[in-house]
Amino acid sequence: MDIKEKISAIYPDASFSEQGDLLAIIPAEHFREVAEKLRYDNEDPMDYLRDIVGMDWGESLGTIYYLESSRSYNRIALKTFTTDRDNAYLPSVCDLWKTAEIKEREVFDFFGIRFLGNPDMRRLYLRENWIGFPLRKDYDMNSNPLDMENEENADITDEYYLNPDGTIADKKNIIFNQKDFVVNIGPQHPSTHGVLRMRTSLDGETINKIDPICGYIHRGIEKMNESLTYPQTLALTDRLDYLSAHQNRHALCMCIEKAAGIEISERAQYIRTIMDELQRIDSHLLFYSCLVMDMGGLTPFFYGFREREMILDIFEETTGGRLIQNYNMIGGVQADIHPTFQNKVKAFIKHLRSVIKDYHDIFTDNVIAINRLKGIGILSKEDAISLGTTGGTGRASGWSNDVRKHHPYALYDKVDFKEIVYNEGDSFARYMVRMDEIMESCHIIEQLIDNIPEGEFKVKTKPILRIPEGTYSSAVESSRGEFGVFLESKGDKVPYRLHYRSTGLPLVHAMDTVCRGNKIADLIAIGGSLDFVIPDIDR
Amino acid sequence: MKQAFLNYYDITPVTTWIHETLCSVMPEGLAIFLESLAVGVIVLLMYAILAIILIYMERKVCAAFQCRIGPNRVGGKGGLLQVPADVIKILTKEIIHLKRADQLLYALAPFLVILASILTFSCLPWNNGAEILHMNIGILFVLAASSIGILGILLAGWSSNSKYTMIGAVRSGAMLISYELSIGITVLTMVMLSGTMDIQQIVYNQADGWNIFKGHIPAILAFVIYLIAGNAEANRGPFDLAEAEQELTAGYHTEYSGIHFGFFYLAEYLNLFITSGIAATLFLGGWMPLHIPGLDGFNAVMDYIPGIVWFLGKTFFVVFLLMWIKWTFPRLRIDQVLTLEWKYLMPLSLIVLVIMTACVVFGLVF
Repeated sequence: MDIKEKISAIYPDASFSEQGDLLAIIPAEHFREVAEKLRYDNEDPMDYLRDIVGMDWGESLGTIYYLESSRSYNRIALKTFTTDRDNAYLPSVCDLWKTAEIKEREVFDFFGIRFLGNPDMRRLYLRENWIGFPLRKDYDMNSNPLDMENEENADITDEYYLNPDGTIADKKNIIFNQKDFVVNIGPQHPSTHGVLRMRTSLDGETINKIDPICGYIHRGIEKMNESLTYPQTLALTDRLDYLSAHQNRHALCMCIEKAAGIEISERAQYIRTIMDELQRIDSHLLFYSCLVMDMGGLTPFFYGFREREMILDIFEETTGGRLIQNYNMIGGVQADIHPTFQNKVKAFIKHLRSVIKDYHDIFTDNVIAINRLKGIGILSKEDAISLGTTGGTGRASGWSNDVRKHHPYALYDKVDFKEIVYNEGDSFARYMVRMDEIMESCHIIEQLIDNIPEGEFKVKTKPILRIPEGTYSSAVESSRGEFGVFLESKGDKVPYRLHYRSTGLPLVHAMDTVCRGNKIADLIAIGGSLDFVIPDIDR
Repeated sequence: MKQAFLNYYDITPVTTWIHETLCSVMPEGLAIFLESLAVGVIVLLMYAILAIILIYMERKVCAAFQCRIGPNRVGGKGGLLQVPADVIKILTKEIIHLKRADQLLYALAPFLVILASILTFSCLPWNNGAEILHMNIGILFVLAASSIGILGILLAGWSSNSKYTMIGAVRSGAMLISYELSIGITVLTMVMLSGTMDIQQIVYNQADGWNIFKGHIPAILAFVIYLIAGNAEANRGPFDLAEAEQELTAGYHTEYSGIHFGFFYLAEYLNLFITSGIAATLFLGGWMPLHIPGLDGFNAVMDYIPGIVWFLGKTFFVVFLLMWIKWTFPRLRIDQVLTLEWKYLMPLSLIVLVIMTACVVFGLVF
C-alpha cells in the first residue's frame, strides 16, 4: 500500500504537499494517532525517526518529522503545527521513538514548543536562564546580553502532560538526587573528544546514569544560515563534523542542487565520491587512534595518525585545506584534482593495505583490548533504531542503515561495495565495523580512481541562487552516520530554515542507555567506540 | 668455587680508609655524622640524576615504539637537555593551594610518597660493600617501606577533596594492596631459595649462579609474576588506573602543581627503577657478573666489569622490559586488574612458593 493511502486511511483529512519532499500535514490533535499507527504498522513500521525539524511559519509554529522504515527504507515526512505561539504545545512522540527525547528538547530550546509527555523539558544547547527562543522569526537579537555568570545546572526538570479534561499540567522530574555521587566528565576532559559534558552518577566505579550537557560550542549555525545566501551557507558545513567535512558539504550541495534543478557533471560526481571515501578513511583512522588512546594504548595512536597524515597531504594538494577543505561547491567542486592526485591515492591505498595488519596485531588481537571491548556496552538492534544511532554504531547492532546502499547518491549505485554489518552490538563490533569499512572504502576508491571521466569539474551557476518554495532534504552517509540536510525555502535567495541532522546527537543520547551498569573506564571506551564529534552535535 | 673476584669488587677498603682518615682528625661521632651527611647527599643526587636518566630513556624508548624521534631540540641533537629543562620548569612553577583541601594532609602526601621511594631506594645493593641501608631483614624492610607510598597516594587523593582524585586514590589503594601480596609471595620464594632476608647476602649467594638459573622453573615463574605485580606496584601501564589520564585526567595527583606534582612524578619513575632493581637483585644476581660454568676465559673477562655497571645494566634491562610493556598494551579496567591478581596471580604465586619449597627441601635447585 502506498504511504499516502496509508496515512489517508488512518486520518482521511490529511493533506499532502509535494513541493520538494512529500509532506503529510496533520493537525496536532490527530498527530499522535497517525504517528502511532505508522510506527506500529505490521508490514512496514516506520521505526526510525530520522529527525525532528522545528519550524516557525509565522502564523504557526510546528515540527516536521522525517520517518524511515528499517525494513523497506521508505521515507515519509509528517508535519504538524500549533497556532498558539505563547503557549505552544505539541504531543510528544518520545515513547514511540526514544531519539525524540533529546530532539524535542532541541526544538523546545529553539522554538519554545513544549512537548506533552516528554519527561525532560530542559533546554538542550542554550543556558537555562536564556530569554526567548532564538529560531523564532520574531526573536529579538538583543535580548540576551553576554552573561559572565556561572551557570548552575538544575537537578530537577519539568514534564508537561495533558489532563483527561484537556488542561495542561506540569510535574517535576528529578534528574539527580542529593545523595548521588555525580562526577562531571567534561567539558574539559581528555576523552570526550571535544567540549561535551557528561554528568555521570556513580556507585563506586559503576555508572548509574549519564546526563549529557550539550551546547558548550553551540555557534548558532542554523540561525546564521537564515541570513546567508546559498553559496555562503556552504562554508559552515565543514565546521559541523570536521571529520566528515566533505560529506557534510556534499549533502548540502546535493540538497541545493536538487532544489534548484542543477545537474552536475560525471567528473564532479567521481571526484566527490572519491573524496567522500578518502574522508571516511581519514575519519576511521582517527577513530582507531582515539579509541586506542582512550583505552590507554598510546602507541597505536601514532600509527593511525601516520597514515591519516598522508590523506591530509592528498587533500591539501587538491583542495588547499587539510581538516576543512571547502571543496564541494554548488554545481561541482571548487577546483580540478591535482595532476598527481590519482597516483598518490593509489600509492596510499597500497600502503594502507600493507600496514593495516600492524593495526590489528597491536590492538585488535591484544588480549586486554578484547577483554575491554567484547561484550561491553551492548546496544540492541531495537534500541539502535529507536535511538536513531546511524552509521557504524547502528550497523554494529545489526541494523543495516547505510544511506549509500539504501538511498544511493553520487556514484554509489555504480560501484560494488559491501555494507559492513555486525550483530553483536558491543564495543568490539563497533570497532570492527569501522576497521572493515576502511577496507571497503579503499575498494570503492580503487574502482573509481582510474576511471575519472574527462569533463567539467563544475557547471556554471548564478552567484545568487533562488530556490523555489518548498521543503527539501537530502542525506549522505557521513563518516559516523546519516547526515541530513533539511531546507525550507520561501523562494528567497536565503534559506527560510536550514536544519542539519546531527550524526552525533543520537550517539551522545545513547550513552546513557549503553553505559548504565558498566564501569567508568568503560564509559570512555564506549564513548570512543560510538565515535561522536562535538561541533556537529552543538552546531 | 673460585670467588676471588668478589674481593676485586669490594669497595669496603675505600670506605674503611675514608672512615679512618676522618677519625684521625676528629672524634668518631662527628666523623660518622659527616659520613652520613655525605651519603645522604649522594643518595639524593643519585635519585635526581637517575630520575632524569629514566625520564629521558622513557621518552626515547616510547618515541622509538611510536615511530617518532622523541626530544631532539633542547641541548643538541639528542635533546639531552630537554629533561633538565623540564626539571627547572617544574621547580619554578607555582604551588597551588586549594581552598577546601585538608591542608596538612594535602601538603604531607607528596612527602610520604617520596619518603617511601627514597627509603627503598637506599636498600638497593649497588656494589660489593656499597650497601647504604644494610640490615639482616633488608628485603622485609623494602616491602614495608614501599607500603608507605600507598598511604601517600591515598592521602593525596582524599585530601584534595575532588571526585577524580578520590576515585584515583581508591583505585590505587585497592590495586596496590592486592598486588603487594603477589610481590610478597614471590619475594618469599626467592628468600626460600637464598635462605636469607639480607639483601647483600642474597646477592652473595648468587656468586655461583643467578637465582633465575639456580631456581630454574619456579624461579622463572616467580620472575614473571614479580614483573607483572611490580609493574602494578609502580603504577605503570597497563596498570596505571590510578592516574588513568583518559578517565580521571590525572587521578590522585590531579590537584597538585609545581614541585609537589614533581614529587609524584619523580617517585613514579624511581619506583620503576626500584622495582627493576629489586628484580635484578633477587633474580638476576644484583651486582654479580654473568658466569657460564666451563668458560673460564669468558668468566674472567666478565669479572673485569665493575659491580655497579652490572647492577645498573641489569636494572635498566628490566626497566626496558617494563617500558616495552607499557607502550604496547592498552589499560586494564579496575575489576579486571583485581580479578587478575586475586584469581590468577596470587594462587599461582602460592603454588610457585610451594614448588620452590619442595625443590629446596629435596635439593632440586642448582
